[in-house]
Amino acid sequence: MKKGNPWLYMLFWIFVSFLTLFPIYWLFVISVKPAVDLFSTPDILLDGIYWQNYIDVLNDRTLRGYMVNSLIISSGNALLCTTLGFFACYALSRFNMSGKESIFFWTITNRMAPPAVFLLPLFLLMTQVYRVGDFSLLDTRIGMILVYCTFNLPFAIWTLRPTVDGIPKELDEAAYVDGASPWKVITEVVFPLCRPGLAVTLILTWVFAWNEYLLAATLTNFNARTLTTGLSEYVTTTGTEWGIMAAISMFTLIPALIVFSMVQKHIVTGLTFGAVKG
Amino acid sequence: MQSRKLGWLLLAPTLIVLFLFGVVPFVYVVYVSFHDWNPFAANPDMVFSGANNFRRAVFDAGFLASLGVTVAFVFFAVLSELVIGYALAQAFMKDFPGKAFFRTIHTLPLIMAPIIVGSIWKLMTTPSIGIIPSLLDSWFGYDMNIGQSAATAFVITVIMDIWHWTPLVTLTLIAALVSLPPDPFEQAQIDGANKRQIFWHITLPMIAPAVVATVFIRLMDALRTVDEVLMLTGGGPGSATRYVGVHIFKEVFPRTNYGYGSAVSVIVLYLTIVVCWLLYVSMLAPRNSKKG
Repeated sequence: MKKGNPWLYMLFWIFVSFLTLFPIYWLFVISVKPAVDLFSTPDILLDGIYWQNYIDVLNDRTLRGYMVNSLIISSGNALLCTTLGFFACYALSRFNMSGKESIFFWTITNRMAPPAVFLLPLFLLMTQVYRVGDFSLLDTRIGMILVYCTFNLPFAIWTLRPTVDGIPKELDEAAYVDGASPWKVITEVVFPLCRPGLAVTLILTWVFAWNEYLLAATLTNFNARTLTTGLSEYVTTTGTEWGIMAAISMFTLIPALIVFSMVQKHIVTGLTFGAVKG
Repeated sequence: MQSRKLGWLLLAPTLIVLFLFGVVPFVYVVYVSFHDWNPFAANPDMVFSGANNFRRAVFDAGFLASLGVTVAFVFFAVLSELVIGYALAQAFMKDFPGKAFFRTIHTLPLIMAPIIVGSIWKLMTTPSIGIIPSLLDSWFGYDMNIGQSAATAFVITVIMDIWHWTPLVTLTLIAALVSLPPDPFEQAQIDGANKRQIFWHITLPMIAPAVVATVFIRLMDALRTVDEVLMLTGGGPGSATRYVGVHIFKEVFPRTNYGYGSAVSVIVLYLTIVVCWLLYVSMLAPRNSKKG
């Protein structure tokens, strides 16, 4: 271990933490100031909290709709990805299928591709090909839930694989000997044991879907718009209302912060596809 | 062999979803890139045009400029993140009060939406709203304007990326440093090696796999940076921060020239794969051959 005064290290980390936290604090400062106060010299301290920006955002029907869309899309997508990922991992872990390791690796390549590259083909496919009569997937919540699977489903599979592999096979076998059906084994033996891993996956996929912007901005117009696109829309049309912009940002940020406090230890493992244990 | 059938049945929904939204778009974008297709032009049909779109893209000054700034952005951002992240990881190896707490704070930016990061830094740097231009003005009399100076806008996007992603590098390197065995370091100290020698000959080779994995992940993510830059500068001023993703979103997508847009997308995808592959091979191959 290195020598050095522990208090000096602490002082150094206080400084680093200040650099991390200050921009977030600044967002909060702007969000609780009336518009007239913003055009004087910027002031670090607050002389009162002005909640009107938040109230204005909540009273805006369009933005409320976007919030509901964001909630439905990210919850639906997280549930779908975690469920499908769990089944896929059970299959990869327990069955002797040819080429299953190649399939496992192939799934992650879906997550590596830059999303910008897929904007155009996804847009074209959703308007021209993936449609039934008049119903096309463009600008629908179900469409966005499916599109977000391209990055969240590989993620779910990669984070759940070690969890499912870690459940001893003997437990399944014992249950089969007792005459349980495969469905029963999966739902009543394996599922309860995987619950902690499933919870982390569910939470992280939820936040990735909640945070997504680029695909939502191109594949939705109005009906399925999410809060992140609402934020950018607001800036381009009425960019001068900084307080409102900051308040929308806070509404987008807060769920992520709550989630952060729950799974803080697993974030690095998640963001590095499990290459590094955090 | 009923059980194997069950395995495929459980895997099927995943494969179908990833096929429809991952493989098909990939094949489709390659197919469209070899055609002339503009539904709003005089001839709205798809016409095969060979490699014409690619030829056009390779001589498109706007696209080439965006590739240039992307390379500069990725280079400066990832390099700074590695250096700062390593320094912070080392500063974390000592025991000090509140260690777990500081680690938690440091992880915070990782969970934030890129677009919120962009919005935060817009509020920090916009003249008359932001604190940074105001402080620079009152301390140094320096007039900072992110909307006018190309260099300022570029530097701020790099700083924003450092703020957002350095914690990932720090935490991966902490994980690597913690797992190092103490023996080689004690031995080196007994032999009288200085700090720099220890770093280059012991620490770096031993954490190399973690560094490679981190660079690989950061490089991929930096190449796909769009949301935060779109929010902060919109790619401007001029094309100073119009990185490839921003270029596709702002310049290529809104024009309805689908064939050409697909060609640009294919080139970007190809370059991403090549860069990642080169990095992977150049950094992993020597180690593997030594082992074998």
